[in-house]
Amino acid sequence: MTRQSSHPFADVAIVGVHNTVQARVLPEHDSTSIALAGALGALADAGIAPRDVDGVVGADCAQIALELGLGPCTRRPTQMGIPAVLDAAALITTGQCSVVLVAAGGAAVHVDRSATAPWTRPANELVVGYGLFTAAEFALMARRHMLTYGTTPEQMATAAAVIRTNGHANSEAVYFGRGPFSPADVLASRMIADPFHLLDCATTSEGGCALVLTTAGRAGECDAPVWILGGASDAFGPAYVVAPVWDFQPRADSFPAGLVGARAARIAFAMAGLSVGDVDVAELYDPFSFEIIRQLEAFGFCSPGEGGPFVEDGNIGPGAQLPVTTDGGTMSFSHPGINAQQLQRVIRATQQVRGSCASNQVEGAEVALCSNGGSGALFCDVLLLGPERP
Amino acid sequence: MSLLLPQPEGIPAPRPSSRGQAYWEGCRAHRLLYQRCSACSFRGLGAFSVCAECHATSPEWEESTGTGSLYSWTVVWRPPDPSFRVPYAPAVVRLDEGFWMMSAIIGCEPAALHDGLRLGVEFHRASDDITLPYFRPT
Repeated sequence: MTRQSSHPFADVAIVGVHNTVQARVLPEHDSTSIALAGALGALADAGIAPRDVDGVVGADCAQIALELGLGPCTRRPTQMGIPAVLDAAALITTGQCSVVLVAAGGAAVHVDRSATAPWTRPANELVVGYGLFTAAEFALMARRHMLTYGTTPEQMATAAAVIRTNGHANSEAVYFGRGPFSPADVLASRMIADPFHLLDCATTSEGGCALVLTTAGRAGECDAPVWILGGASDAFGPAYVVAPVWDFQPRADSFPAGLVGARAARIAFAMAGLSVGDVDVAELYDPFSFEIIRQLEAFGFCSPGEGGPFVEDGNIGPGAQLPVTTDGGTMSFSHPGINAQQLQRVIRATQQVRGSCASNQVEGAEVALCSNGGSGALFCDVLLLGPERP
Repeated sequence: MSLLLPQPEGIPAPRPSSRGQAYWEGCRAHRLLYQRCSACSFRGLGAFSVCAECHATSPEWEESTGTGSLYSWTVVWRPPDPSFRVPYAPAVVRLDEGFWMMSAIIGCEPAALHDGLRLGVEFHRASDDITLPYFRPT
């Protein structure tokens, strides 16, 4: 008998995940070689032979297909993490592929250390002359939130301190053992782009990672398959091309750019048949501390303006109501370029619902939310994962 | 004291796109141009070929008075490229014609920046080809 489910992702599962070693620099690697190391690790985790892969998703998919000898195979040059995973899932559910690899890596990219990482400073004509980079772009969104709701640097620093302390406890994090951190430590670090201090910002590092998806049938042969309960993406335009304006709102009946991700979250929760109260752990993408406060509001965990107090009142740490970014995120775990660093949120959410996290495991986590992107970049993606087939 | 100043020549300068040519030519002539939909008067966040409001395909260039209000800002102390002189204050300015633009504030201390601060445009050379519009409190 065929199992009946109306859920669009009932017939696909995540069966393998892997992070390579993450470090400030990996001198023996380039982006492709470290992505391939991630790919082999994820396939080993899944117990699936490389030649069984018949689809590769990710910015570097064609090169990975070449180097693993997978041709002819399906390729989807989808950027970032959550969109890549959703595309991979669609390749399975539509029958185009049976095993899909999503792999990404970054190494030997940030070589001029007098400048910020290249992926943080796109040279678009309306922004480059004003010295904009990701920290400044997100700061412009944070400032509007401060002006509107009274959100404080202390509240943002609390989010950063929690996430950095999560990384401090994670032996796989680039900044393992470098804390713990208090909000005062964050506020005492040097100013980068007001209101963001150094410790409010993502670090930069190198590393690779990958994730393997397959059919529900084959997933039955794998240990601890994880299921996609819901997922969706929001965008208002290209990142870092125009002014990041909180109140930019092309659709009068929807959300402004400052709440990017709000629509995606509502779609994802509706698909899952869940609400924010069902989420056990939130692996939020953390390019800057403010973005945690903003996403908590946009996704519906808090009302507008209540994200700062929610964080300050101790609700996002280990053991709290909603543990957030439990591996240390881009601030402490790793930040190896736009593709890998976003896929790593999905990997951590997968590990949480598998119960396999070596640090900060949320006991009995049944619903994990993860996100990518953020307000300063005008896009935001949301994915919900769980251990039970939908 | 850290008076906000225009950047010196030698910073990474914009490379104008084909649709941005008129804007940058205006800046060289110390005129702040923006696009407005000839059908519905929509103003975007940059040059456009299709109106994002009514989808008419007849934008026209208008000259702004160059006055507006401070909408959001940051003060940067760690630049993306070492050629930038710190501190500087990237800002989103709400022009009186009803459009937002990216710029930077000059001519005051960072502590003087506040929501709604009244501003006027001022042009400074960034390279032989590029003149950047900045905004100064009025």
